[in-house]
Amino acid sequence: MSWGFLRDLLSGVNKYSTGIGRIWVAVVFIFRLLVYVAAAENIWKYEYDEFECNIRQPGCENVCFDHFFPVSHIRLWALQLIMVSTPSLVVVFHVAYRENREKHHNQKLYTSPGKIDGGLLCTYLISLILKTGFEIVFLVLFYKLYNGFQVPRLVKCDIRPCPNTVDCYISKPTEKMIFLCFLVATSCLCIVLNLGELSYLIFKYSIKCYLKRYIKKRQ
Amino acid sequence: MDWGALHTILGGVNKHSTSIGKIWLTVLFIFRIMILVVAAERVWGDEQDDFICNTLQPGCKNVCYDHFFPISHIRLWALQLIFVSTPALLVAMHVAYRRHEKKRQFRKGDQKCEYKDIEEIRRQRFHIEGSLWWTYTSSIFFRLVFEAVFMYAFYFMYDGFQMPRLMKCSAWPCPNTVDCFVSRPTEKTVFTIFMIAVSSICILLNVAELCYLLTKFFLRRSKKAGNPKHHPNHENKEETKQNEMNELISDSCQNTVIGFSS
Repeated sequence: MSWGFLRDLLSGVNKYSTGIGRIWVAVVFIFRLLVYVAAAENIWKYEYDEFECNIRQPGCENVCFDHFFPVSHIRLWALQLIMVSTPSLVVVFHVAYRENREKHHNQKLYTSPGKIDGGLLCTYLISLILKTGFEIVFLVLFYKLYNGFQVPRLVKCDIRPCPNTVDCYISKPTEKMIFLCFLVATSCLCIVLNLGELSYLIFKYSIKCYLKRYIKKRQ
Repeated sequence: MDWGALHTILGGVNKHSTSIGKIWLTVLFIFRIMILVVAAERVWGDEQDDFICNTLQPGCKNVCYDHFFPISHIRLWALQLIFVSTPALLVAMHVAYRRHEKKRQFRKGDQKCEYKDIEEIRRQRFHIEGSLWWTYTSSIFFRLVFEAVFMYAFYFMYDGFQMPRLMKCSAWPCPNTVDCFVSRPTEKTVFTIFMIAVSSICILLNVAELCYLLTKFFLRRSKKAGNPKHHPNHENKEETKQNEMNELISDSCQNTVIGFSS
């Protein structure tokens, strides 16, 4: 079980997406997942070993690291990727349900089980709202936990058993900040794509509904 | 998810590139991505552990390392490779979109649509002209821009392409000017020069492909202007060549889209 599993999952979702949805999948694969695996993971690999405090008091470094990094950036990033990708599965399940129904009744109930209309449209819209929601929640979490998206070089710590205010140095702060900015930028791009897709679908189907009613009235 | 996945995604586009494009992709995967994964990552693997400063002051090493290496060579190369690979997907998306439009026309029963069935649309060859030509050329242009930007960023950040053995650091909390020693500087310099050389070759290949496309485009235009009456044989040859290229593009896009969905 690794990121390849998520990749396979999302490839399945791609079949039932709109054009914008496919662009979203491409952005998630290439600019988020691949960057995470190929570059970002290694930056945070030894973050605990390389975190150094100007003190010899045993336990002080542990306590200070835990205070400043309750959840590591890289773990939050991984959680964000997983949470943001999974609402799309709801659409896959709905399509599978439709196909099962058709098999069970042994007749064609839908024009195409994968076509985004009726109940599947609602499911698709819900998945888009959930995706956007998760993106925003994680961005806010990052912002609140780490006081913005900055990674300082030096943090001052005075928690027991540190005897006084001690200087602690974070490793590779500039590189971490660059990749955090990259994470924020790609998250915002994905939010924009999701909102764009949402607007497009709502607009398209409102026009369809309106035209149907208009034609009915005229008849 | 790793570089192999990128290879799968781009492999589809490769079938439908020009010959120069295929050479470019081979150079990218063998001389850049493979070298990065198999060799360069090992050389830079212990970079902070073995970055040693001549001081016992805690924190001095961290601060000096961060000052001299704001972003590691390895990460910069990884980002460069990702950015340089992605414009090819623009072409794939464009062809998939065109094919989708044709399928929609066919399903609506449009009389303008000359295809007999969906399979024919799948096999149909789009002409590389108009918007598709622009997409293809733009993708090459973006590749060039990304390559150049990253090479410049590299040069700017590290004051050239050489890795010094010794760096003098006086950032706080280092008590005074402290000597810091980089691990494996010669090996790192060798790999840096290698990667820069291969980047330059890729830039040349992209420029050559761009010139080739432009030349072909202008030649075709001048032929059209020069031959207002089309000879059947000549037209067939032109069409066949264009059809081949378009088939490549459309098939690659089909494969890329399927690759995404499978």
